[in-house]
Amino acid sequence: MTLTTDHSKAELESEGLSFGPATGEESRATRHASFDVAQHPVPTGREEEWRFAPLRDLLPLFQAEETTVSEEHLSYDVDEVEGVRAGQLGSGEGPRDSVLVPEDLVAARTAELTANALHLTAQRNVEVDQPTVVEIGGHDASVVAHGAIVLETEESSSATFVLNHTGSARYAQNVEMVLGANSRMTVISLQDWDDDAVHVATHVASIGRDATLKHIVVTLGGKAVRVNATSRFTAPGGEVEQIGLYFADDGQHLEHRLFVDHAAPKCTSNVTYKGALQGKGARSVWVGDVLIRKVAEGTETYEVNRNLVLTEGARADSVPNLEIETGEIEGAGHAAATGRFDDEQLFYLRARGIPEIEARRLVVRGFFAELIQKIDVPDIREHLTASIETELARSMN
Amino acid sequence: MSILEIKDLHATVETPEGTKEILKGVNLTIRSGETHAIMGPNGSGKSTLAYAIAGHPKYEITSGSVQLDGEDLLEMSVDERARAGLFLAMQYPVEVPGVSVSNFLRTAKTAVDGQAPALRTWVKDVKGAMDNLRMDPAFAERNVNEGFSGGEKKRHEILQMELLKPAIAILDETDSGLDVDALRIVSEGVNRAKENTEVGIMLITHYTRILNYITPDFVHVFVGGRVAEEGGPELAERLENEGYDRYLTTAN
Repeated sequence: MTLTTDHSKAELESEGLSFGPATGEESRATRHASFDVAQHPVPTGREEEWRFAPLRDLLPLFQAEETTVSEEHLSYDVDEVEGVRAGQLGSGEGPRDSVLVPEDLVAARTAELTANALHLTAQRNVEVDQPTVVEIGGHDASVVAHGAIVLETEESSSATFVLNHTGSARYAQNVEMVLGANSRMTVISLQDWDDDAVHVATHVASIGRDATLKHIVVTLGGKAVRVNATSRFTAPGGEVEQIGLYFADDGQHLEHRLFVDHAAPKCTSNVTYKGALQGKGARSVWVGDVLIRKVAEGTETYEVNRNLVLTEGARADSVPNLEIETGEIEGAGHAAATGRFDDEQLFYLRARGIPEIEARRLVVRGFFAELIQKIDVPDIREHLTASIETELARSMN
Repeated sequence: MSILEIKDLHATVETPEGTKEILKGVNLTIRSGETHAIMGPNGSGKSTLAYAIAGHPKYEITSGSVQLDGEDLLEMSVDERARAGLFLAMQYPVEVPGVSVSNFLRTAKTAVDGQAPALRTWVKDVKGAMDNLRMDPAFAERNVNEGFSGGEKKRHEILQMELLKPAIAILDETDSGLDVDALRIVSEGVNRAKENTEVGIMLITHYTRILNYITPDFVHVFVGGRVAEEGGPELAERLENEGYDRYLTTAN
């Protein structure tokens, strides 16, 4: 068993680090979960779960009593791909609601108020190379829209699902991922919203025996975006890679919380989230909980979060939590660091004749390079590279 | 034919104890093809001189001038100075994660020349220069200075000098911490550059050892933020025997 902690890089702003549950917080294993909306109080901001959240922006999502999803407000567009079945699931219709049991008010309301969930299934033994793209377009940020999506890979199948969010919306979303035995699923959730969008998403994956999930979250746009992503191993031999990339500008709050639940032996998880921040009030929050339960012998896990603060006035919070209930593991480690744009790096590059703007571009591109390389869909990779250039251009003119 | 002229250069740095003057009137002229060894004890301001000329923001020039071929370097930004023909091989080269050596070299070459190098000759040039410095081709795909050993970092600095072909190169303690083999390889690189491009060199060093491999035309003893004595290679021999003590007693 190895435990590693790497805090060698510069640290800025608040950074928490703990082995075991945070002070005053119950173990992640005991968090209350229920479909009953009444069981979830409206957050006050004092809760561990909500202490960083922009509650004023999220308030409408706590209050929404009915859903108003119509094409006028929010539209879904699915590109049908051979080998992937598209359908709908009503409330309680399996596998809907079998994986995601709401742990907060927004997820509970979303489960209750979404009449029909989009259901995409890769069928048994079928390998689908072409990604299935769901275009989620917001057209109105003044009303609350709810939505639920169930993604499924049946036994020994493989598929890639892309959720591409654009436009203006006030959107609460539940995403369930059901990975059958020996299947492989890649999910890419792109938050490319307009500046006024508010989006709270709850992603929960159930990973079957020998199944592999690659879960990628990319958040560039939106006023307030919060993505909770949970991976739960339900049988031995599973593998999860969770990747996140975010770029927060002026007045943007981008929050990513994840939970990897090692509830079965011999599973592997790897988490890498990286963010860049620029401008006044740019804010990012990353909370990474990993729980290795008593049964999860032979677990191997590593999580890392890195933030690059490009200008004054931005703030990144980074909190890794690792709870270990068994000593019989292969390895567990985590690292978190927040650094400023490194003046010495810039000087080095500029001393080679490279103009400042290009030097900054090189550094930021380099920072994200290892993550972008892991995205197997070329279109998205290119889009992402271009988006980062655009973001950078904003702070450098 | 290029000429770097440093006249009565004064520079300060901000410290917790207040503003401190480090350079106290430096005069030095370096022409193409000449090698000037700048030798001095720790804390004499040798490295500050290098970084002040290159334009590091930490140092403020309070008076004096630095001209390259009659152009005022002090009016230029860091990258403009490099494009004007100045090169600084750093003592502690910085890591740039995610940026490969080959990408970095091409970007720098393009910036310095004002146009992208012709692909075929460029690839050959890089390979040849790396071979000469006994650098494995796989080196080009590694991230700039990331996980490099001390010797690899210095070779990488000299590689850049050979490829960018500056008019004037400042080598800041390039010899420090190198074993004899690495020192020889690095020195060969410097000598090759002198031969091929007539580069004028300011060789900043604390030790006389490198002068067994690179013959200076001039030796300047740097003490207390200025040049305390100048001479030919024989001055280095004298330093070898006597050390810097003689200067320290009179400098303060």
